[in-house]
Amino acid sequence: MSSPALVRHPEDSMPATALAEAGPAPAAIAPPTTPPSFGTLALRWYRLNRAGLRAAAIGVVSLLAFLMVWHLLTTYRVVFFVRFTNVPSPLAVYASFSKAIHDPKFLMHIALSCRRIFIGFSLAAIVGVPLGLIMGRFKLVHEIIFPVAEVLRPIPAIAWVPMAIMLWPTNEQSIVFITFLGSFFPILVNTLHGMSLVDPVLVRAAQCLGARERSIFRDVYFPASLPHIFTGLTVGMGVAWVSLIAAEMISGQYGIGYFTWEAYSLVQYADIALGMIAIGVLGLGSSVLIRGAGKLVMPWRTT
Amino acid sequence: MSEIAASTSKGHIEVKNFSLAYETIEGAVQAVTDTQIHVKPGEFVSIVGPSGCGKSTLLNAVAGFLKPTTGIVTVDGERVNGPSAERGMVFQQYSLFPWKTVRENVEFGLKMRGMPRSQRERAARTLLGLAGLEAFEKHYPEKLSGGMKQRVGIVRALATGPKVLLLDEPFGALDAQTRVIMQQILTNMWQRLKISVLFVTHDIDEAIFLSDRVYCMTARPGSIKAEIPIPLERPRQQSMMMSSEFLALRRGLMSLIREESLKAMGGEINDMGMQGLNIELHGHSLADVI
Repeated sequence: MSSPALVRHPEDSMPATALAEAGPAPAAIAPPTTPPSFGTLALRWYRLNRAGLRAAAIGVVSLLAFLMVWHLLTTYRVVFFVRFTNVPSPLAVYASFSKAIHDPKFLMHIALSCRRIFIGFSLAAIVGVPLGLIMGRFKLVHEIIFPVAEVLRPIPAIAWVPMAIMLWPTNEQSIVFITFLGSFFPILVNTLHGMSLVDPVLVRAAQCLGARERSIFRDVYFPASLPHIFTGLTVGMGVAWVSLIAAEMISGQYGIGYFTWEAYSLVQYADIALGMIAIGVLGLGSSVLIRGAGKLVMPWRTT
Repeated sequence: MSEIAASTSKGHIEVKNFSLAYETIEGAVQAVTDTQIHVKPGEFVSIVGPSGCGKSTLLNAVAGFLKPTTGIVTVDGERVNGPSAERGMVFQQYSLFPWKTVRENVEFGLKMRGMPRSQRERAARTLLGLAGLEAFEKHYPEKLSGGMKQRVGIVRALATGPKVLLLDEPFGALDAQTRVIMQQILTNMWQRLKISVLFVTHDIDEAIFLSDRVYCMTARPGSIKAEIPIPLERPRQQSMMMSSEFLALRRGLMSLIREESLKAMGGEINDMGMQGLNIELHGHSLADVI
């Protein structure tokens, strides 16, 4: 249990002297002589987490309503500007999901897409973050690389597909390259942005404490930029999926994007929705992973 | 703390023939001109003056962040060429590293000096204990009140055993009650460590209460208008601020600063025209009216 109500805060055991100074000191609550009953605790937990519970409850209802609307629109094959005639119903998609989950080919599509994301995105992070840090710290590097980056940045990763096919000997490599490009620029730009926002007073404070260039970089610039670096990684991950799916649809033979496109060609409508949902779930999962990593790396950030 | 006690009778600051100008598109703007100040080893000296008079500029030059246009800054006879751990600094904006816990913040300077982990942990704990912060050693700065943050800031600056401590309006952002307590804490630490202090403030009471000597600066371009020794006995109590001696010093400094503030403001106000402010001068000077 890690609910706020049950965690004992260290402030509770603070000496009175430390609190003597004015400040938002928490109101002293006398510790109860007997441990509170389960009912009291449950009630307290409920009171403290009411907002969260409310959001979760509304979220569940809203998702169920979405499924219901989808079900009704497809069952009655509504045609009202958009045509739901051929759109698969939620139940059909579920049936195709339970079949696909045992199908090694479907799992292979997913595994391959994940591998491409992993390689492309990791490369982008490994190149983009250090490059951004160095460009942020050394003016000359910034002056040399920034103009090139600005010219290449507005080109959508999908527009690179033909060029990528020419550049790389295998299809696999060109798809990973597209994924790399998609995530590289958001990561670079956000890292640079983070570097430009580093509070100069913190740099001065470090210098006054005897820090030299290397420590200032490692102990001030890098941690100060981390929140923006993680923004870049989150955005980069999103764009990586966009670029990957587009590249797979155009030039792939495997992958979840190819699966979705193939389902359309083969008139397997339920698989189209299945592919889409799989892409959504994978995208959500990867951004949750990055957010989790961010929390681990930046324990000082409460939000 | 042996490394701190070692700073006894060191920290002689001298600023000679100092001036500093900023380059702008309209030409050089003189921030500080023709200034000499000194701080004897173990002395507590404040600089007061109207806002924008260049007192922070002067302090930043002593810290080594700004290069004087003319003149020289020395500490113990050595010329100041850049920031160094020999001159600890406390900033108004707290400037704690948000990604380091309270103890890691205090340890930072010691880590830069290459002190082994266990040793610097012990040193940081001792110092935090002196400031009544040992219960917060694992907290991140964000969780602390302003007064606590600034106590950490002072402790961090003192941890490396600097020769001098420079403070740039360190209590400016604190409420009145906290400020009084912080002044007491700073005095205690200063007396214990026998370190030289150069303290910039715009609060006259604070300057008198804390200092051995107060420099009063003129309006921009700043220079030293007066040097006022504060002969009040130590240890000083809060009640002394009501004594006739204190009030006399206060009155003297007050009128000096008021003159300069009016000079600084007067230029602007006259330029704008008094009608706009609905103030009729009737032949009096601005100082008489205000």
